[in-house]
Amino acid sequence: MIVAKRKPFDEIKSLIQGYKKILNVGCGTCVAVCLTGGEKEVSVLNAEIDMARKLDNDPIEIDGFTIERQCDREYLAALDSKVDEYEALLSMACGAGIQFLAERYPHIPVLPAVDTTFIGVNQDVGWYEERCRSCSSCVLGWTGGICPVTMCAKGLYNGPCGGTNRGSCEIDPEQPCAWYMIYERLKKQNRLECIMKLAPPSEWANQVPRTLIQPGYKKPEKKA
Amino acid sequence: MKSGSNLEKILQAGHFAFTGELGPPRGTDAEEVRKKAGFLKGNVDAVNITDNQTAVVRMASWAASLIAIQEGLEPNYQMVCRDRNRLAMQADILGAYALGIRNMLCLSGDHMKFGDHPNAKGVFDIDSMQLIQTVKRMRDEGKFLSGAEIEHPPKIFIGAASNPFADPFEWRVHRLAKKIAAGVDFIQTQCIYNMEKFRNFIAMANDMGLTEKVYILAGVTPMKSVGMANYMKNKVPGMDVPDEIIKRLKGAEKGKVAEEGIKIACEQIEEFKTMKGVAGVHLMAIEWEHKVPEIAKQAGMLPRPKVD
Repeated sequence: MIVAKRKPFDEIKSLIQGYKKILNVGCGTCVAVCLTGGEKEVSVLNAEIDMARKLDNDPIEIDGFTIERQCDREYLAALDSKVDEYEALLSMACGAGIQFLAERYPHIPVLPAVDTTFIGVNQDVGWYEERCRSCSSCVLGWTGGICPVTMCAKGLYNGPCGGTNRGSCEIDPEQPCAWYMIYERLKKQNRLECIMKLAPPSEWANQVPRTLIQPGYKKPEKKA
Repeated sequence: MKSGSNLEKILQAGHFAFTGELGPPRGTDAEEVRKKAGFLKGNVDAVNITDNQTAVVRMASWAASLIAIQEGLEPNYQMVCRDRNRLAMQADILGAYALGIRNMLCLSGDHMKFGDHPNAKGVFDIDSMQLIQTVKRMRDEGKFLSGAEIEHPPKIFIGAASNPFADPFEWRVHRLAKKIAAGVDFIQTQCIYNMEKFRNFIAMANDMGLTEKVYILAGVTPMKSVGMANYMKNKVPGMDVPDEIIKRLKGAEKGKVAEEGIKIACEQIEEFKTMKGVAGVHLMAIEWEHKVPEIAKQAGMLPRPKVD
């Protein structure tokens, strides 16, 4: 899932400065699962904002509305009849959701209340770890299911650098060396030949805005 | 001859090579480079010019390499993958060659976290293995990584590093094999202190026939103090400093620890000279360039051979 964290409160406060009536839009998908931008978090943030603005003698009218998925037009439509009542929208969705919201309502400022952080997994309640950098060219098939792009601090494709330290990465003894893990796992699986060959330079498809249309959903090409 | 560099000629003629290292300044003072170069000239076959060493910004490696050339020293231009993408790297290689640089060392680079700009965006567009392949392709096929033709391809003697001590140990020799497959001509190793482990490493490399395909220069850094030895042992990732080295330094007479450090280094060099598969020594006298003449003399590396 996409993991995000709430922006520092002071930053949110400065983003909404000057607005008297705003709608905080939560998202019920990834950011809700990672306890950042779901219904509950929308209420908590709104209460904090309300209180802070009262203390500043600058009260604000702030409402909340959490939709199922901010990155999906179908669900955004539920906001169409409401948005014009507000001076600005605050969004607690990931960067994709925020942009989709802003695109649908281009006449209203849409402000982020969260920082989109990474694609990760749930290790424990409230504890998430990055596992994928969506590089568009998955190497997990030959790296024993361990991603060197994400888990190696240098994103190396051809084995561990000279900084591996008893199985840890040079950047932090708590951070396992991705290539050490890859080696150990492949050795156990008798598949070390997977990493003997030179991996060519990556084709960084994630450096351009990407589009994916699943094969069954492609529209027929227009005839000239 | 791939590049015609002095280092290549020395190695090809079968001489025991001796390379040094020069860290560019954290400023614009060319005199500092010239001064350091003065200590190295005539005492080494080529000198590595580090590239933003330890992720700290310094004078560009190609620029300091050029000053070294002006001072009559042959540079081994280091390039790390951390700071440039493939376009910038290839552009710098063309420029470096045009300025007279003939040896190059391809490295991943220390992580940004350790340097003076820890929040920099690490590039790592390609890795050191792919950089080796890139330089080889530029030299031997006259082509850029993209496949486009190069007019007057750069003829570079290609080097890379090997750390025989970082884990997993058994993988290290395979990584060396990969670098050879990528097209490396010479290898300089990480500083060696654990001679036993290095003997194992070189034996494995000999058994796999790797030392016949590449020149391996053993890395030596003389210890200046017990503090330095402890730091290397505990703080430098991938470094293997056995307790016996620290014990020996501690046992040295007061004021003679550095002398003992140099003595240890010279003993190592003596062993490397006789070790099958070792083609030379890479002396990394970190911020101790002025000691190089003394070490070179004591290690019996002088005079350096002249090869045409």
